[in-house]
Amino acid sequence: MNDTTMLLIEVGGLLLGMGMLGRMASRIGMSPIPLYLLAGLAFGHGGLVPLSAGEDFFEVGAEIGVILLLVMLGLEYSADELVGNLRKSALAGVVDGLLNALPGAAFALLLGWGPVAAVALAGVTWVSSSGVIAKILRDLRRMGNRETPVMLSILVIEDLAMAFYLPLLTALVIGAGLVEGARTLLIAVAAVLVILYAALRHGHAISTLFSPREPEALLLGVLGLTMLVAGLADRVNVSAAVGAFLVGIAISGPVAHHASELLMPLRDLFAAVFFVFFGLATDPGEMVPVFLPALGLAVVTMATKTLTGYLAARRAGIAVSGRWRTGLGLTPRGEFSIVIAGIAVGAGVESQLAPLATAYVLITVVSGPLLSRVPDTAWFKARVRRRAATA
Amino acid sequence: MEKADLPGIGVRHDVVTASGRRISVVSHRSGERELAFFDRDDPDACSDSTFLTDDEAEALADVLGASLMLGELVGLRERAAGLLTEQVAVRADSPYVNRRLGDTEARSRTGVSIVAVLREGDAIPSPGPEIVFSAGDTLVAVGTRSGMDAFIRLIAGDSG
Repeated sequence: MNDTTMLLIEVGGLLLGMGMLGRMASRIGMSPIPLYLLAGLAFGHGGLVPLSAGEDFFEVGAEIGVILLLVMLGLEYSADELVGNLRKSALAGVVDGLLNALPGAAFALLLGWGPVAAVALAGVTWVSSSGVIAKILRDLRRMGNRETPVMLSILVIEDLAMAFYLPLLTALVIGAGLVEGARTLLIAVAAVLVILYAALRHGHAISTLFSPREPEALLLGVLGLTMLVAGLADRVNVSAAVGAFLVGIAISGPVAHHASELLMPLRDLFAAVFFVFFGLATDPGEMVPVFLPALGLAVVTMATKTLTGYLAARRAGIAVSGRWRTGLGLTPRGEFSIVIAGIAVGAGVESQLAPLATAYVLITVVSGPLLSRVPDTAWFKARVRRRAATA
Repeated sequence: MEKADLPGIGVRHDVVTASGRRISVVSHRSGERELAFFDRDDPDACSDSTFLTDDEAEALADVLGASLMLGELVGLRERAAGLLTEQVAVRADSPYVNRRLGDTEARSRTGVSIVAVLREGDAIPSPGPEIVFSAGDTLVAVGTRSGMDAFIRLIAGDSG
């Protein structure tokens, strides 16, 4: 058999398996991300059945997956929402960053990993998974709840903060000096401000490039523009992911709505490929020694994330139960943590970071949704009532 | 009415009723609408919610809109001294079932004007004399107290 035949068989088999896993995940009401990671672990280096031919496909697919994850995130938010949130919830964002990024950084330094890995791990523990959390809110019918805008605005701030964090990380991992790091950060800040300004004032200008009435041309055009900008951003070390995010923000109105509908299936495919690829690149054998540290890190940073949400909800005048729902609901980490770990590992920073991040995301993404349900239990409600009665 | 943005998802509108319950409508950007009732014990949580299709939302808006218009008409009572507005049902035994509005000669006999007919959740404003009444219609009428009493008897078929 030649390579192409083998590629079809391997990729086809894996995608079919992932489809079945995804179906199982939705039946028991959990996110498919941990299952995709596990599938990748099983077929990767040192896994049960290592793949041979499919790996190149998964490598390229994963790169596109990250870009699509980010452009969709950008399409979901309008520039108005981003700026409005930045004004309203800047304090909550800063508290969130301090409480959740610092434990990650401290943990990396404790393990003796050096400053670059510390910055990477800080990012891994900082950012909650908007995808997983949006799904939890929907599944638990909490979209109408009063604390939901508080949760969402924290997610928005985190996502926006990534536009500055990722270029900084990209510069650091390629071993650029302080000057080079400052330069890329400056480019990123300038790019974000220009894009936000352009989207706010001349949002229609960029969108007129495309027409929502021609789906095929729209799909190719938006995908092309996104990959082009992502590639150019990568060229100047500003991180491809951020370039894609900015394209998403710059496109607005009906074009954004149609583009996100068209890109959704592609995003689902390539994001799944991305999670599998990350699992593929990680040796399950390496996860054993880092499992306990990952568990410790998960316990600490899930506690700090809960505190973040609790405080933000209290400031917004939400009652006790709602504060817990906000805090516990924000605990799952997901796609971004893997994206960050992927950038660091891809550049050869600390080989243990990949297995640690994998284990960490697996733990939080499985336990987070379960913890989110706790405030709905009779036990929890009775406890809150008793507390209120004695207070 | 309170409005809250849900970044990435849509908008939520809240209404707090006089009885202290909060009802909210979440308009998802995807076009879905979700109607949620709030928990009595927990002011921040919804105890139940349901998704509405376009048709369902439209039907609900129609019903609520018709009764809203009625409420405004009732408000006339306070503004125009001496005039009052009442809703008079056309019962199945009324002599005017399946007859035209003009046949009642309500205005000349009682001085009362029929300003609207409410039928199956729809409001028919300013009905013409050719409109035919059915059992179950509700007539919104404006007139003086004595005229109104006469009108009610007329529609019920008690006028002799």
